[in-house]
Amino acid sequence: MDPFSFNDTLLLATILFSVGLAGVLVRRNMVFMLMSLDIMLNATALVFVGAGARWHDATGQVMFLMILALAAVETAVGLAIILCLHARGRPTLDADGGNLLRGAEHG
Amino acid sequence: MHALALLAAGVSVVAAIMVITRRVAVHAVLYLVVTLLALAVVLVMLGASFAAMLEIIIYAGAIMVLFVFVIMMLNLGQPDSAREKEWLRPRAWRGPAILATIVCAELLYCLGPFPGAQTRPSAAITAHDVGLGLFGRYVLMVELVSFLLLAGLVSAFHIGRSRAGHY
Amino acid sequence: MAATFCGGRNMGEILLPLLVLCPLAASLIAFACAGRVGAGGIGAIACAGVGISAVLGVVVSAILLRGPATGALQVMLWPWMRVAGFSADIAFMLDRISMLMILVVTIVGLLIHVYAAGYMRDDPGIARFFGCMTLFVAAMLVLVLSPDLLCLFGGGGGVGLCSYLLIGFWYDDPANTAAARKAFYMTRMGDVALLCAMLLLAGATGSLRIGTVLAAVANGQVSPTGVNMAAFFILVGALAKSAQIPFQAWLPDAMAGPTPTSALIHAATMVTAGVYLIARLHGLFAMAVPVMALMAVLGALTLLMGACVALAQSDLKRILAWSTISQLGYMFLALGCGAWQAALFHLMTHAFFKALLFLSAGAVIMRARHEQDIFRLGGLRHAMPGLTAAFVTGASALAGLPLVTAGFYSKEMILSGVWRAHFDLTHGWGAGGHPLWGIGLLGAFLTALYIFRCIFIVFCGKADTVATGRTSRLMSIPLGCLCVLSVCGGMIEMPAPLPRPHLFSAFIDPASLLPHVDEPFWPVLAGAAAPLAGVWAAWVVWGRSASVMRDMPGRPMRLLAWLAQHAIPGRAIMGTGRMTQATSTLIFRARTGFLDMLGVWAGRSAGWAGRLLERLHDGRMRRYAAWIAGGLCAGLALAVLS
Repeated sequence: MDPFSFNDTLLLATILFSVGLAGVLVRRNMVFMLMSLDIMLNATALVFVGAGARWHDATGQVMFLMILALAAVETAVGLAIILCLHARGRPTLDADGGNLLRGAEHG
Repeated sequence: MHALALLAAGVSVVAAIMVITRRVAVHAVLYLVVTLLALAVVLVMLGASFAAMLEIIIYAGAIMVLFVFVIMMLNLGQPDSAREKEWLRPRAWRGPAILATIVCAELLYCLGPFPGAQTRPSAAITAHDVGLGLFGRYVLMVELVSFLLLAGLVSAFHIGRSRAGHY
Repeated sequence: MAATFCGGRNMGEILLPLLVLCPLAASLIAFACAGRVGAGGIGAIACAGVGISAVLGVVVSAILLRGPATGALQVMLWPWMRVAGFSADIAFMLDRISMLMILVVTIVGLLIHVYAAGYMRDDPGIARFFGCMTLFVAAMLVLVLSPDLLCLFGGGGGVGLCSYLLIGFWYDDPANTAAARKAFYMTRMGDVALLCAMLLLAGATGSLRIGTVLAAVANGQVSPTGVNMAAFFILVGALAKSAQIPFQAWLPDAMAGPTPTSALIHAATMVTAGVYLIARLHGLFAMAVPVMALMAVLGALTLLMGACVALAQSDLKRILAWSTISQLGYMFLALGCGAWQAALFHLMTHAFFKALLFLSAGAVIMRARHEQDIFRLGGLRHAMPGLTAAFVTGASALAGLPLVTAGFYSKEMILSGVWRAHFDLTHGWGAGGHPLWGIGLLGAFLTALYIFRCIFIVFCGKADTVATGRTSRLMSIPLGCLCVLSVCGGMIEMPAPLPRPHLFSAFIDPASLLPHVDEPFWPVLAGAAAPLAGVWAAWVVWGRSASVMRDMPGRPMRLLAWLAQHAIPGRAIMGTGRMTQATSTLIFRARTGFLDMLGVWAGRSAGWAGRLLERLHDGRMRRYAAWIAGGLCAGLALAVLS
């Protein structure tokens, strides 16, 4: 009598992952892209925890912790870049605009 | 499937969809918090209460606060909302939606119904087990993650500092 | 192990870490005292640090020599890492090879430090200078004392860092920092190769302790291909450290630093690391005959090229730099021929006379108002007789004038080693060392030619340079000590066909002490005659200058007079001089031309590839994400369909 079987977990994680992927692809604002990335990361973390529960192994949650740290770093660096771009005169935060790899151009 | 489980899963999916469709950033952050809380419920039901607590404390707490702060500093207003609306035309959705659906379908097909019965004993995995794993077998990984966090800290600091300096 | 040896052994184990610690402490004190202590105080601290280290070096050497010939002092400080299948320690080991090295490093280093205390007296950055110098010595000591390739690599890193800091010591001039960067990058390239070799060896033997590795190689635990690969990579690392042929470009530029730095880099520390590394691993190289042959050929080419380029240079310090490259070529030639004892012997004598040459050249340049162009110096013999004597002593040792100089004995040992060498490349097909011996002989001739050209131009002729000041006592005493060492340092080892003493061979490798009675005597005579011929040629071409060439030389043999009258040797030697100059330019051209072509082609192909990829990479993040998702789709579809 389990509320969640492993198959259900996989289903949920896949749907969340796809939603996040669609978000990354469709949004042009980088803040929203970061949020979508977080959704994707959560979906993968969910798979790890589900697998850990399925085989009763603590490794799943260890991996969850690693993904948490990864997400924290990714968010921190991403948001720092966003703030930096915003201050340099790119207030639209358009992800498609930054393809020249020339920081000084806008400053 | 339990009714509560269905509810939690449904809420997380719906909130995730709301996150990627909102035009105002703060709304999206709030929906993201809802997603994370619903996911925490799911984690509890999977027997990973420790992970659920971390999800709430670190993810829904710390990381989301970071988002909120940044959005405050960005000072997004009405024109941004209008621009978002212009960017989110139905045409823009076509490609990503198709791609995401294909990926979703393929993943589901590949992962398939997982064979074999649940062998899960009633005992949940406690923080004790996780701690033993973390500082036993995976201690090298913890060190690596500490490197990663340090690298993130340094790069965030560097990016933030060069902003203040003359460019 | 004899019981009486144990007492001394314990003391040696205590003293060995102190040997490294003294210069390190001096370095820290010097850095910490920057701006608080005067120039004299800093110099005294640095000299004291290296001096104590030298005394300790003599003491531990005495302790080691009381033990058996193959014995070694070992100290394990602490374990570095313990992983399944691999372990590394921070440890020191003193055997006969490293004993020779620490004596050379500390004693020559001490003399250079004393000299530098006088030379750098008025420089505002003297604390930084001495901090780096003593750190340099400490890093080199770590390098030579480590029993572990990993530790050795760490010491090599320290040496590279200090050379970078010292070459770019006067960092106001962008050229100096560029030279420092060049040296750093080039030696780092060698370190990458060394790292590859270490990974190979660690993978094959599970340890990087030199003894374990050599034993494993000797037992055949490592496949022949693996041994060859590892030896090749180590060779590349050593070539980069010692500025041999593909990497020779950094050493002449390293002249940008203060002169004592150049002396330290060229004589005692940096460039000898490569030679030491290969001599230390000679057991490994003995199993890799093709690599040995390659090393010998590269060494021979380098010694010729260095000598030719030195002949065409006009900057005094650059001549000495190229001569270092050439002399290191001799050492690599010897190593390639398996005569690693000879290479170490030459390393020792080279440390003496090259330090002497650099230090006296530095004093000359300092007193000639920082004029380095030899054609603007002249007739310094009258103004500074002491320095002239020191420089001539060093130059004679470099040229290897027979019997009276240290360089003769070591060069003779190398040449006889090369003469005996035989490369058994494949079964039934091998090559002897005689052509290489010929090159070595030609190199000896050229060496004498270029260094005496330098002497005749700078010190003889008309006195048209105004010398200022005096050489201080602090600078002249080390020069005197080095003079004595460059004259007497080689007499401990007579050429093989001559009777005893053969102290050096007996000391470094008693097993190799075999009587070579069956050897002909004439190669020794040829080796002695080549430098004399070089000196004579230099005298004819540059010594008496063009005006004298027209005059009758007078007293010497009549045949000589007749030849000189018709200017035949002059013309012939001018011709050879011009030819060598042409070859050296040709070598330069070929090198740069080849690199240019390589660069152009690399650039062009990169351009094509770039245009191809341009379509894919427009820099839009979302497009990239879409590509990734598309790839995921395709991959999954492939997995589903198959």
